[in-house]
Amino acid sequence: MQHTLTPRRWLVLVAVMLGASIGDALLRIGMKHLGPVSLNNLSALFLALKSPWIISGIIVLMGFMASYMTALSWADITFVLPATAFGNVIVTLLSKFWLHEQVSRSRWLGVALIVIGVGFVANGPSRTEHAGIEVEAIP
Amino acid sequence: MSPATLHTWTTIFAVVLTATAGDILIAGGMRKLGDLDDIRAKSGLLGAIKAVLSSGMFLIGITCMALSFFSLLFALSDADLSLIAPATNSLTFITTTAAAKFFLKENVDKRRWLAALFVCAGVALLAR
Repeated sequence: MQHTLTPRRWLVLVAVMLGASIGDALLRIGMKHLGPVSLNNLSALFLALKSPWIISGIIVLMGFMASYMTALSWADITFVLPATAFGNVIVTLLSKFWLHEQVSRSRWLGVALIVIGVGFVANGPSRTEHAGIEVEAIP
Repeated sequence: MSPATLHTWTTIFAVVLTATAGDILIAGGMRKLGDLDDIRAKSGLLGAIKAVLSSGMFLIGITCMALSFFSLLFALSDADLSLIAPATNSLTFITTTAAAKFFLKENVDKRRWLAALFVCAGVALLAR
């Protein structure tokens, strides 16, 4: 059954994509400021909790988790999962254009494959309807 | 296969297995719960949080996710991130897709399998 998404639900999916990538990028910046942490000095990780970068990263990731679970409450996991992978594409773009990191050719190929993969599911139905479950009306 | 590679792949298998179980249980729990937007509209944000936290499937799923995280740390203690990250990330896509078809009875058509394969390969390339 073709199951189209309301604009509000697309917005939740966008939050799933952006939340994971922006949260990760914030954590990465915070950890870069902190410097390397060795296995013998794990208590240094508690210092990370004082960094505003890390704190905002954690808050954004909590928002991501909330949107992820909201999405799973009305869409199949085989639909939502590729969307989360699209976050990797955004991370790559962010690290290239915001953090000015070097992005190799094989990573660009990875980006292209994910974009194609997400394209496959984005055009399909978002949810499997099982017999006995009411099909909800889309306003 | 040397003991070291066997050990590495056993830990990778453990990470993938627990991550897949966690994803499937959380997805199953959310599906059982019904539309979270509706729940929030009816009983507010706290009501929605309470509904999620009282789902047994969700709690077991989160426990699996925590186990997966610790297995990942364990795997990283003796193998390179450049092997562990792409292997666990991309394998989880395939196993979750298969498990969603088998356990959640999701309609995984050709399009979704292709998506899983492409995304799996893409993530493996990105994570290196």
